[in-house]
Amino acid sequence: MELFNSESKKIVSDPINVNNPISLQVLGICSALAVTIRLDQAIIMTLAVVFVLCSSNVILSLIRNYIPARVRIVIMLSVIASLVSVVDELLKAYLYDMSKQLSVFVGLIITNCIIMGRAEAFALKHGPSKAFLDGLGNSMGYGLIIIVVSFFRELFGAGTITLPDGGAGYVLWSIPESWYAAGYENIGLLVLSPGAFIILGLVIWIQREFAGVEEDA
Amino acid sequence: MNFLRKIFEETGKLVEKGKPLSWAYPVWEAADTIFFSTNKQTSKGPHIRDNMDIKRTMFFVVIALIPCYIFGAYNIGYLNALAMEIERGIVGNTIFGFTYVIPILIATFVAGAICELTFAIIRKHEVNEGFLVSCALIPLTMPPDVPLWQVFIGTSFGIIIGKEIFGGVGTNIFNPALTSRAFMYFAFPTKISGDKVWAVGPDGYSGATALAIPANPVEYDTASNLFAANTQFDYSTVNMFWGLIPGSIGETNKLLILFGAFFLIYCGIASWRIMVSSVLGLVFTALLFNLLNYFTVDGILQSGGFPNAMLTITPLQHILIGSFLFGTVFMATEPVTSSHTNTGRWIYGFLIGVLTVIIRSINPAYPEGVFLAILIMNMFAPLIDYYVVQANIKMRLARNA
Repeated sequence: MELFNSESKKIVSDPINVNNPISLQVLGICSALAVTIRLDQAIIMTLAVVFVLCSSNVILSLIRNYIPARVRIVIMLSVIASLVSVVDELLKAYLYDMSKQLSVFVGLIITNCIIMGRAEAFALKHGPSKAFLDGLGNSMGYGLIIIVVSFFRELFGAGTITLPDGGAGYVLWSIPESWYAAGYENIGLLVLSPGAFIILGLVIWIQREFAGVEEDA
Repeated sequence: MNFLRKIFEETGKLVEKGKPLSWAYPVWEAADTIFFSTNKQTSKGPHIRDNMDIKRTMFFVVIALIPCYIFGAYNIGYLNALAMEIERGIVGNTIFGFTYVIPILIATFVAGAICELTFAIIRKHEVNEGFLVSCALIPLTMPPDVPLWQVFIGTSFGIIIGKEIFGGVGTNIFNPALTSRAFMYFAFPTKISGDKVWAVGPDGYSGATALAIPANPVEYDTASNLFAANTQFDYSTVNMFWGLIPGSIGETNKLLILFGAFFLIYCGIASWRIMVSSVLGLVFTALLFNLLNYFTVDGILQSGGFPNAMLTITPLQHILIGSFLFGTVFMATEPVTSSHTNTGRWIYGFLIGVLTVIIRSINPAYPEGVFLAILIMNMFAPLIDYYVVQANIKMRLARNA
């Protein structure tokens, strides 16, 4: 099978745009609220999810013909859990500060509906290369949304833009003191979880508008 | 008027269907119906013939709010003169106050009009007068020294998130004015969380509002004693009724709010059931908490190491402090977001009163609880209606079985 024909492109691009796991299927909302306070957290989380989803899709797709249907959930969970443990240990080893900030939310990737959902809906029915592309597309669709949400939450909520580095994060830009002196204030609401809901709702609204999706009334 | 009529007829041709300017039709229509009555006729049934159309309803609410604006402006000037220790006179105080009120009003209306017109043009609906009331209510819930850009953002949030995304006037579940108030409360807590004093004074001028005094007392006492001990402002019951105390622009004078309430009830716009039942709910819960207070001394229900002074506020003080009356009369009775059945209105209002006292007294972080209580009950109003209707259906079935 050719890797870059139009069908494979569709497998990657669909979940990023018109079938986005967060904004269209409304999956993985829990972590989208929890890790979007700062941009660097969202970026690291995206990388973790890209790794876990691609690997789990490929592994499960490779062994799909040997999995008895009755125990497939257990097997899917054990594969995903092992991969998440690997990511968790890697973060602890190389990005200790980040791993402390993300705390339990790395471990909670296991329960992210997107990963189980893609394994169940796609990886168990398709070959490994397609499963890989599907994992890539969905995790990037997830990442795109949480990066956009966290960008706005951090910019307007805390007044900074932080990129990930080896330590506690590299502050790329922060709102200058003179703005605060002139009366500017950060919107404290955005740091709270309801703020994430509001931003996420607006992103979903705009994204659906562009994707041309109409919900059935 | 013929001159104006001609202008509108000429410009009306420009925005007809198919013309390049047709996107601007809602703007034209809105301006036209301000000056002239509409020539639109309903073509499909059912019809209700009534003079009380939405425009008139909304205008009556705005009329009821005007006294609150004037007194609010006077109060700003009065408190400022008090803080600066100068004499200015009634007219001077009012004019001084209006220099703060008018910019807030303009910021609100500009933000509201931009949002409303944008949505009217994109969604091709007509500009609705609902935003007039929302925009007239928002400044009254603001402290006088609120930054204008925050008012702008808050209003836009209220109009878009509170109203337009649900489909505009008549289909919203939350009161837009309260939505913007709640947004500003959580977004910019340093300015309007309700515990700092809301008066325009010299730099560094601060003090505690009537709600913040029993919420964070230095040492425990009953609320009445704490009010009496405050020397900065006169928090006696009589003065709180007349409203010469710091607070949001429109909330302080209870007499004018009562006047507005009677006006709205007399015109048949607001529901007296909601007002009465919310006061009943407030009195009931406040009395209950006064009773509970006897049990706080031994260590339960304490806040910050000593008994919660908020529990000792009497029902009358609860009614007079903060914006309870204002919220009940002008916000809770909004016809769209409140309950629509009469039984439902009693329950809805009663629970607003109950929740107000609970949020005020039990949670010291939120000294003001009225707007949260009303928003919560806005959410439950359809549910209450549903069960009232279901109960009625069951009752009638049982009767005829």
